[in-house]
Amino acid sequence: MLALTHARFQLLEVFRIPIAVIGSAFWPAASMLAFVVPFTRHDPVAATYATASMITFAVMSTNLFQYGIGVSEDRAQPWDPYVRTLPAGAAPRFTGRLLSGLVMMAIALAPVVLIAALFTEASIAPLTFLLAILVTAVISVPFILMGLAIGYWLPQKAAIVVAQVLFLPLAFGGGLMAPPGGAPKFVEVIAPYLPTGGAVRLMWATVGEYRPDLDSALSLVGWTVLFGLIALWAYRRDEGRRFG
Amino acid sequence: MIHASAERLTRRYGDTLALDEVDLEVRAGELVGLLGPNGAGKSTLVSLLTGTRRPTSGRALLCGGDPRDPASRRRLGVTPQETGLPAGLRVGEVVDFVRAHFPDPLPRNVLLDRFGLTDLIRRQTGGLSGGQKRRLAVALAFAGRPEIVFLDEPTTGLDVEARRSLWAGVREFHAEGGTVVLTSHYLEEIEALARRVVVLAQGRVLADDSVESVRGLVGMRRVSLTSDVPLPDLENLVRTELAGNRRHLYTPDADQLVRDLVAKDVTFHDLEVRPTSLEEAFLALTAGRD
Repeated sequence: MLALTHARFQLLEVFRIPIAVIGSAFWPAASMLAFVVPFTRHDPVAATYATASMITFAVMSTNLFQYGIGVSEDRAQPWDPYVRTLPAGAAPRFTGRLLSGLVMMAIALAPVVLIAALFTEASIAPLTFLLAILVTAVISVPFILMGLAIGYWLPQKAAIVVAQVLFLPLAFGGGLMAPPGGAPKFVEVIAPYLPTGGAVRLMWATVGEYRPDLDSALSLVGWTVLFGLIALWAYRRDEGRRFG
Repeated sequence: MIHASAERLTRRYGDTLALDEVDLEVRAGELVGLLGPNGAGKSTLVSLLTGTRRPTSGRALLCGGDPRDPASRRRLGVTPQETGLPAGLRVGEVVDFVRAHFPDPLPRNVLLDRFGLTDLIRRQTGGLSGGQKRRLAVALAFAGRPEIVFLDEPTTGLDVEARRSLWAGVREFHAEGGTVVLTSHYLEEIEALARRVVVLAQGRVLADDSVESVRGLVGMRRVSLTSDVPLPDLENLVRTELAGNRRHLYTPDADQLVRDLVAKDVTFHDLEVRPTSLEEAFLALTAGRD
């Protein structure tokens, strides 16, 4: 229950500044309109794969930014040490953040799915669609942990820079900007071993005929564990950075 | 009953020693002032006693348990720094968020009414004046019907009337048996409420005494003068500073010092006497000891 209170509190704060909500939904939707709609219009398979890539892109960017930057910003605020004096452990705060993060992610993903349905030939069976939602939830885990690791590890200014520096190479290097097998050669080599590459391969396999390799799935599991450990370590170490 | 205690409590930040083996006991129903200049270790001590930081060594106890255990904090109220209130949220929402953490919180209307916040319930905290934010911060400390509260400079920056009504509120809580730990770097604020004052400087307890004796200790004056002759030995002279041809003499009794100078026939001119800030008083005291 307390987790819901925390989630509601965080969402209220975000929604009071509507531009923040629009901002997180803007890039995935804009990328759909700029790169997917014009080029895959009459090719249902390509459009479906491209939509899956954009969803992976949105999952990665929203979680990287809202946890990486959001958490480090909160840590810099004196409100955070105050909340730690309230009689609740870390669990409600953590769960609340996770819940509000999922809501924000859904808000960013909705336009991508809508654009795909309305303006492209992308198609998907109802059961596959449900499965894709499930896989989306699964692939969000490593990126949530990655964001938390950055947010709890780094001070605010560093976190903003790191999130911004990571986000494009992760998208490009993971092969999110190209159809399966169509990325530049070096990207094809490294992509399976990047978290974005592993994630998008799972998505492609869910919505199409794509066969993922074991290596990329294993590397995704490895990244998840690694980010989880860093996040946990950084969270325990964090006691605010203020003197007094 | 001991409500909060520190046993050889030490906290380091890297190479900086913020708190150095501090011993302190706060009994239930006490109203204790924690006085010290910036950087003396007040906030560190409070953060260790309220469970937001872990001690480097030593032990902190709150309501009989480890303050880092949420169960020990059920009877605790703390003021947030008013600069940290979530700017986009309304007064009512912030109050409800804090109340949701306690098993038996004060009803929202009672709390808002007690601190004169009823009319502000729908205002975003970012739009409140400094005094209003301060009142909200203090109100939050009382939201969960605490038995012990830590108030951080609760009335600094408030106008006289608001300050009086807040003091009255704190006294009422204390009269009903509540324990109050008040931190401040203004002696006036602590004098108004506390009987017992704990003075912190450079991470150590410098004094733990009544308000009257602490006032004697830190209520120092600076006597400045220009003189061409060396000064004789003077009583109650805590510290001397030389700035060009000016001498600054720190003493708890400026009248006596000036009388002594005159009695001993010391020639001087441009005499100036002024009260010192707490920072200057502490600097004089601690430098005098080293």
